[in-house]
Parts: sequence; C-alpha cells; structure tokens
Amino acid sequence: MSTGHSGGSATDYIVHHLTNLTVGKGFWTLHLDTLIFSVVLGMVFFFVFRRAAVRATAGVPGGLQNFVEILVEFADRQVKDTFHGRSELIAPLALTIFCWVFLWNFMDLVPVDLLPLFAGWVGVPYLRVVPSTDMNATFGLSLTVLVLIIFYSFKIKGPIGYAREFLTHPFGPYLFPANLLLNIVELLAKPLSLSLRLFGNLYAGEMIFILIALLPWWIQPLLSWPWAVFHILIITLQAFIFMVLTIVYLSMAHEESH
Amino acid sequence: MNLNITLLGQMITFALLVWFTMKLVWPPLMRAMAERQKNIADGLAQAERSRRELELAQKKAVDIIREAREDAAGVIAEAGKRAAKIVEEAKHQAHGEGERLLVAARADIELEVSRAREQLRGAIAQLAVEGATRVLEKEIDRAAHAKLLNDVVKQL
Repeated sequence: MSTGHSGGSATDYIVHHLTNLTVGKGFWTLHLDTLIFSVVLGMVFFFVFRRAAVRATAGVPGGLQNFVEILVEFADRQVKDTFHGRSELIAPLALTIFCWVFLWNFMDLVPVDLLPLFAGWVGVPYLRVVPSTDMNATFGLSLTVLVLIIFYSFKIKGPIGYAREFLTHPFGPYLFPANLLLNIVELLAKPLSLSLRLFGNLYAGEMIFILIALLPWWIQPLLSWPWAVFHILIITLQAFIFMVLTIVYLSMAHEESH
Repeated sequence: MNLNITLLGQMITFALLVWFTMKLVWPPLMRAMAERQKNIADGLAQAERSRRELELAQKKAVDIIREAREDAAGVIAEAGKRAAKIVEEAKHQAHGEGERLLVAARADIELEVSRAREQLRGAIAQLAVEGATRVLEKEIDRAAHAKLLNDVVKQL
C-alpha cells in the first residue's frame, strides 16, 4: 500500500493518513481515534504506575518499581528545582504530563501504515494513532494547564492581587491598558506555545514518516530508520519540554509579581 | 484548525488522569521512597555509631592491656625487690647465726680449756701431795696441811 503511489493517489494517501476517525458534525465532532488512543495510553500509564504503587516496598525494589521510581523521582526533582512552594498537585501533574505525552509521541514510532491497516481489516476507514498530532489533544493539555495557572494565580494572589498584577505590570499603573494587553497576550501565549510546539513537532515528524512511506520500498528503511532513531530523541524531548514549561508556568503563577 | 468537542474530552481525560495519579500513584510511591531513604540513613548512622563504638572499645582494650602490662611490670619489680631483700635478710641471718655459733663454740672451747686446766691443776696437786707424801714417808695430817696444799694448788 505504501509503494507505487504517484500523483493524485499520493495526495490521497497523505490526506487519508491525516484524517481522523470522527463521529458528529461541526463543533460537536468527536475524534474517536484521538480519544481512544489517549485514553488507552493514559490507562497503560496509570495501571503500570498503580501496580508499582500498590506493590511499593521500602525494601529492595523490583524492576518495575525501580523503573517507576526513576520516573517519579525525575518528575519530583524537576518540580523541586523550579517550584519552591508546596503543592500536592504539581509533581503528580508533571509526572502525568511527561508519561502521557511520551506515550502519545511514542505512537509515532509505530510504523505509519500498521495500525490503519489493521483498522481497515475490521472496517474502520480512518485512523490516526498519534494523539499529539491532533490539536485537540495538545490543546486539551495546555488549556487544562491554563485553567490551573489562572486557578493558582487567584488562589495565591487573591482576585485583587491578581488584578493589580494584570493592570500594573510591567509598565506601572499609568499605562494600564498596555499592561492589560501585554498580560493577556502573555497569558494566552503560554498554552498556545505549549500545545503548538508539541503539535508542530509531532505533526512534522509524522508527516516525514508518511512521506518516507511513499518512497520505493528499498529506500524506506534507509530513511525511516535514522528518522525513527532521531525521533526517539524528539518525542522524549517534547514530553520533557511540555512538563518543564508546565512546572515553570505554575511556579510563576505561585510567585508574587517580580 | 479543527478544534472541536474532542478538546473537552481530552481535558476531562487529562484531569481524571492527573487526579488518579495524585491520589493513587504518587502517595504510596513517595511513602515507600521516603521510608527507604530513612532506612538507609538509619542504617548508615547505625554503622557509623558501631564503628565509633568499635574504635572506642579498641582504644579501651589497648588501655587495659597497657595497664595490665604496667601492673605486671610493677609486680615483677616488687617481687624482685622482695626476693633481693629476702636473700639479703637470709644472708644477714646466716651471718649472725655463724657469728653466734662461733661465739658459742669459742665459749665451749674456753670452758673445755678451763675445765681441763682445772683437772690438770687437781691432778698436779694430787701428784704433788703424792710426791710429798712419798718423800716424807710419813703420814701428813691432811686437816693440818689442807690450807697449805690449797695455797700450792692455787699457785699452779
């Protein structure tokens, strides 16, 4: 299926790969593939970690516990390095983001045609397996982070303090319209940059895999193997960046205006 | 941009996942890790304490051995001194005894000599009387001449 495309059929192939499995119309459309894959991957994450947590022992840890503890400690250290308040939410949030985004991205390393092919056998016409190439998924994360930023800003600074910061920063009280504008842009730039960075990287990565899949079969391994190896770095890095920036944004929300 | 209701679904999924992680995954793992950390710290502290105790005990043992050696040396020196004293005393005593024996022997000899002299004197007096008797050929009145004879005996 991947070889021998030319002209219109190549375009069809690409478009096919970029079309979600949907139900509903207009705004009320649901991307079933994104939802199912992200929920399944989330459950994989949760059950692996839950299993390790249930069996956690203070004695000599086993392999699974070791692995899980490394990730937990990694997330915890990132939070402790950046965030100086006390919060029960932020470290688990960072861990969840890192692991979940990593698993989303990891789906990019599954050969592009494999899962859609299986889906085709059972009559599913479209399937996009990488949730992070769907803006709904990346914005789902970053908007939740935005909600948390606003929630913590209100909680820590109070409505008045937050409003004062919005109006008097960075140019002082006399230029409050400019301050307001800047602060709104700054606030909105956070989720936008978070989600678009992840989306853009993974979308581009997937696109390159799709384009490689259009080439003659004998050249595909020569290109897709190095790209996949490189991609291992990218998917980890993107998950890491998303996590770290979330921590940074939330710690900024916790701090008084500078 | 084809943002749609999927976004909300993703946000709900994310929120639930974070909530589960926060409630069900994070606390047990953190507890286990903290407990292990504490165990290791305790173990290290215990090891350190034991090491110090061992050091102390070793020092004490060395002290005890040194003290015992000093005591032993003292005892030996004392014993040597005592032995020398005993030998000295014995020597002294022996010397004294020898002296005493010598004196006694000398006295005995003196006694013997004076007794012998006494006997000799008696014998000579007897002999003199015997001789005089024989020369005179007649009885001498012993009672009349006793004084005379005794004077002669004393002069011998």
